[in-house]
Amino acid sequence: MPKYLMLEYLWIVPLLPLLGSAANGIFGAKWPNRIVDWVAIGSTGLSFLAALEAVREFFDYFTENHHPFQKAFFTWIAAGNFRAGFDLQMDQLTVVMVLVVTGVGWLIHIYATGYMAHEGGYRRFFSYLNLFMFFMLILVLAANYVLLFVGWEGVGLSSYLLIGFYFLKKSASDAGKKAFIVNRIGDFGFMLGMFLLFKTFGTLDFVALFAKADPWPADAMGHLGTLTIACLLLFTGACGKSAQLPLYVWLPDAMEGPTPVSALIHAATMVTAGVYVVARSHILFTHAPTAMLVVAIVGCATAFFAATIGLVQRDIKKVLAYSTVSQLGYMFLACGVGAFSAGIFHLMTHAFFKALLFLAAGSVIHAMGGEQDMNHMGGLSKKIRRTYVTMLTATLAIAGFPPFAGFFSKDAILLSAFENEYGGRTVGYALYGFGLATALLTAFYMFRLMFLTFHGKQRYDEHHVHVHESPDNMLAPLMILALLSIVGGWLAAPAFLPGGTDYFAKFLQPVYGGAEVAAAEAGAHSLELWLAGVAVVTAFVGAMVAYWLYLKRPEKADGLVKSLNPAYTTLLNKYYVDELYAAVVVKPLLWISTKVLWQAADVAGIDGTVNGIGEGATAIGDGVRHTQSGNTRSYAVWVVVGAIAIIAVIFFWPFGGKTVIGMVR
Amino acid sequence: MLPGGHLLSVLIFFPAVGALALLLLRGDDHKFIRIIALIVSLAEFLFSLLMIRAVPVGATGYHLEEYAKWIDQPPIHYHLGVDGISLFLVILTTFLTPISILASWQSIEHRVKEFFVMLLMLELGVVGVFLSLDLFLFFLFWEVMLIPMAFLIGIWGHERRVYAAVKFVLYTMAGSILMLVGIIWLYNATGTFDLPTVEALLHTPLSQGGLELAPRTEMLLFLAFFLAFAIKVPLFPLHTWLPDAHVEAPTAGSVMLAGVLLKMGTYGMIRFCLPLFPEASRRAAGWVAVLAIIGIIYGALVAMVQPNLKKLVAYSSVSHLGFVVLGIFAFHNISMQGAVYQMLAHGISTGALFLLVGMLHDRRHTFEISEYGGLATPMPKLAAFFLFVALSSLGLPMLNGFVGEYLVLLGTYQRHWGWASWAALGVILSACYLLWSYQRVFFGEITREKNRTLPDVSAREKWILATMAIVTLWMGVGSTFITARTAAAAQSVIDEVEPQRPYEAATPDSATPQAKLDSSGAAKAISSERLGIR
Repeated sequence: MPKYLMLEYLWIVPLLPLLGSAANGIFGAKWPNRIVDWVAIGSTGLSFLAALEAVREFFDYFTENHHPFQKAFFTWIAAGNFRAGFDLQMDQLTVVMVLVVTGVGWLIHIYATGYMAHEGGYRRFFSYLNLFMFFMLILVLAANYVLLFVGWEGVGLSSYLLIGFYFLKKSASDAGKKAFIVNRIGDFGFMLGMFLLFKTFGTLDFVALFAKADPWPADAMGHLGTLTIACLLLFTGACGKSAQLPLYVWLPDAMEGPTPVSALIHAATMVTAGVYVVARSHILFTHAPTAMLVVAIVGCATAFFAATIGLVQRDIKKVLAYSTVSQLGYMFLACGVGAFSAGIFHLMTHAFFKALLFLAAGSVIHAMGGEQDMNHMGGLSKKIRRTYVTMLTATLAIAGFPPFAGFFSKDAILLSAFENEYGGRTVGYALYGFGLATALLTAFYMFRLMFLTFHGKQRYDEHHVHVHESPDNMLAPLMILALLSIVGGWLAAPAFLPGGTDYFAKFLQPVYGGAEVAAAEAGAHSLELWLAGVAVVTAFVGAMVAYWLYLKRPEKADGLVKSLNPAYTTLLNKYYVDELYAAVVVKPLLWISTKVLWQAADVAGIDGTVNGIGEGATAIGDGVRHTQSGNTRSYAVWVVVGAIAIIAVIFFWPFGGKTVIGMVR
Repeated sequence: MLPGGHLLSVLIFFPAVGALALLLLRGDDHKFIRIIALIVSLAEFLFSLLMIRAVPVGATGYHLEEYAKWIDQPPIHYHLGVDGISLFLVILTTFLTPISILASWQSIEHRVKEFFVMLLMLELGVVGVFLSLDLFLFFLFWEVMLIPMAFLIGIWGHERRVYAAVKFVLYTMAGSILMLVGIIWLYNATGTFDLPTVEALLHTPLSQGGLELAPRTEMLLFLAFFLAFAIKVPLFPLHTWLPDAHVEAPTAGSVMLAGVLLKMGTYGMIRFCLPLFPEASRRAAGWVAVLAIIGIIYGALVAMVQPNLKKLVAYSSVSHLGFVVLGIFAFHNISMQGAVYQMLAHGISTGALFLLVGMLHDRRHTFEISEYGGLATPMPKLAAFFLFVALSSLGLPMLNGFVGEYLVLLGTYQRHWGWASWAALGVILSACYLLWSYQRVFFGEITREKNRTLPDVSAREKWILATMAIVTLWMGVGSTFITARTAAAAQSVIDEVEPQRPYEAATPDSATPQAKLDSSGAAKAISSERLGIR
């Protein structure tokens, strides 16, 4: 028996959900919901257990060998010197991702059995959800870029299917299509990035590629060297998948999907794939300071930009969607300033509290009988007590109050941004400033959401809506996630606390090297303390403003809306970006394709020419046909005309005569 | 000669025997005719699988060769052979023929006997084209194939079938006349029609009794062949026969047309243009690539706005075949392998798309997208199959379309990053036209009352589609079964075009010494590794 049994059969981890998906997809139609539940929850649960065992074995393996575990299972594509294998690997980064994906994924599966209980297409839903788990696990376990791309496109497919789950609704199928196509725009960059890396290094296997890239000289700042271009191309893909500027537009629309989908795919796991890719490729990125700066700026800008839109949205899920875009921006900011482990740490804590927020929002929507507009909620805290408490935990976490998880992870990012080395001190301060402003906005919109939903006056008709607490299979995942949203952050206690140290960064040290940990430990504790204090005060101010505007003086909020109407409308309409894209890209493209390329060039131009030649031939034939009249006298005339013509050529045509006579001879 | 060594002749003429048998049957027993046709084509498919054993992995050159004198003067020989590339194209043909027969089970109701005779004759012509190693024989089959196809369109097609059939024939003839001139010119210069001999002579210097072409002559000859193939592919701007032919053809005709007939063009480029006229190919490569890239983008954009579903699929073929041509003319072994793979994958996935469109037509007798909408509700299974095939067509990894497209782009990028970058736009656009049309046909509420009661897939249709889906998935996951066998043949074509650069190692453009060392080390790798066989 092999020493590391689970690692040797690591493919079991992704395969289990695939089997679950296939079973429910093919046979599920005849099964009662209970069996569909068992297959779906069972396959993900087993996958979670298998992942736990694999992680345990990996720790033994690592103590023994001190390098990532890698195993090639079979060759998938091979041509020339190119090989893409179904090869899986496990290192500390993978450990974090795999546990988040299977663990949170499993909880959300359980929740979904309650949430989707009364929906049609039950088994179709779980078949898609399991399929997503399969591709997501492929994505994080892949040992090369091509297999990663399989997961990458695969989660895009699952996302397409699940966003468009209610396919009878046009808005849902539109949103699914939009998500897929916008992601494809990113994938265009991602593919070119892979091609360039292959051209440069002759391999796309992570270990081999990074080993070759490591000794390369880093590109100079502002210089578009090979690695910088490759990183920027990969980052284009990340922007699509992780909904960053300017490709973020699909994620808010993706809320058309059922809420568990929003929690799992569009908050906790899939959308973080872009962050994962950047973190995975950190060796390339650290050789490309320009690319790092771009990542940091795009991340920071997205964080701020999305947060401003989140301020005014009325749909509870839309607020959370923009919040997700914003928090993903934080993760990229962290990666861009070189704090990869802080980025991944925020990825993890965000997975806990944002999944919780979505699931709790789902519980609210469930309680309200499908209502998503916060203007028609209010005062729910007493009626759905447990949902309220868990959601409040998550809100405190995302707003960054200690000792909740978000405080620690956001704190680490802001500190790293403050100390940023790429692009100079000023850039670092600017990044920090916008990061802090985003924290303020985050606290505001989250507490606005809480107050509008759970506090204040009841704004719905009690005769139509029978508010009820959700069943246990929905509440249990909420409570587990609430617990994680508190303790999850303690893995990286700031160094200024007694005994505090960044255990998370230490854990990832084999991947990112000791630099980060050393920096964190040697860093000025007083600075860290100061920044943490500022962050907490900022969050507090944000929450207070929300309290004042939405509970204390609700009329002020309306007044503010009136006095700032143009700004408010712009935000409410999301800066009109969708309209801009439609006007600048979609409509012109369709017009050119229809009028110019198809009707003018293809039908009239090319085919017109072809048919013109045909018609010309017909016309000539038609004309000449009349000479064949069958009339002897007209033939005689033609003979005479012909004879005259020949004689004329022989005698009068310059140079012609000789040739013709020559031909006769 | 090996016992049973006439496998290739059997493959070519067995459909003719079947067709003859069909001719002898009574014309009104439709069921019996269909069953006989199906049995013949299935047997043919099984025979063709025997070839796999005969083409060893990694071996170059032709296998199962047959050589017989046919006409003394001029010396035309019956010369057949198969290599890694033609092997799978033949199998693709013999696989799609029974599928086409099954697809025509109910939709063809008049002149049933003649229909299946034509389908089998078509198979004969196509298999002959892929197996001929004599220029004259090749030309003969090239023309033979034309006749049954024209009849399939012209007799069993839709409203404007005669127009489409005539256009198809004239377009193709215009090209093949030029090719005939080229073939005769080569015969005059070499005294033989035998492809390997001609090839050898062209690669031998004048001093050793070979034939050296003046650049101008070579270019003219290249163009004579190339035009015939480019029309067949079809390469932009010679593609306008294709939408008409597809829309008017019956389902089986479209499946064969898209599935294998178009591949004869790209096959011709690989088999004739590159090896016979390497210098001219090199000079023309830039132009050809530009046309291929235009085809990729233009085909996709025009497909996107088609109101007619079948035309949409037809234009998508222009786009997909653009990838194949690009892969061939990028002169890189990875892109060449990708091109070969894309030929096969496109045959399956576009063939399946035409089958599905045909099934919709069987039910509603229209191709207009606006006549559909919300079909996922009455026919969930057909919707699921359609989505699966659309995903393979737009190149989702783990399905067959991805492998070819990825290899073409990857290989092309190694030589011409600009070409690959433009071509990769097709990846975005294919998602646009396929998902958009899918949404309009299958999603949403039912917009036409007639569609509410449409039946879902029948057992026969389910088996056809499931077969196609399994092949799609298998080609997407187990691509090495095929690439290991096409590698040697693809490599030898590249070697003939660029003998001085048989293998492109990845060379860092501003590499450190270590990286340089690595890549030069890789260049010396043993040949089996070079071909990607492990």
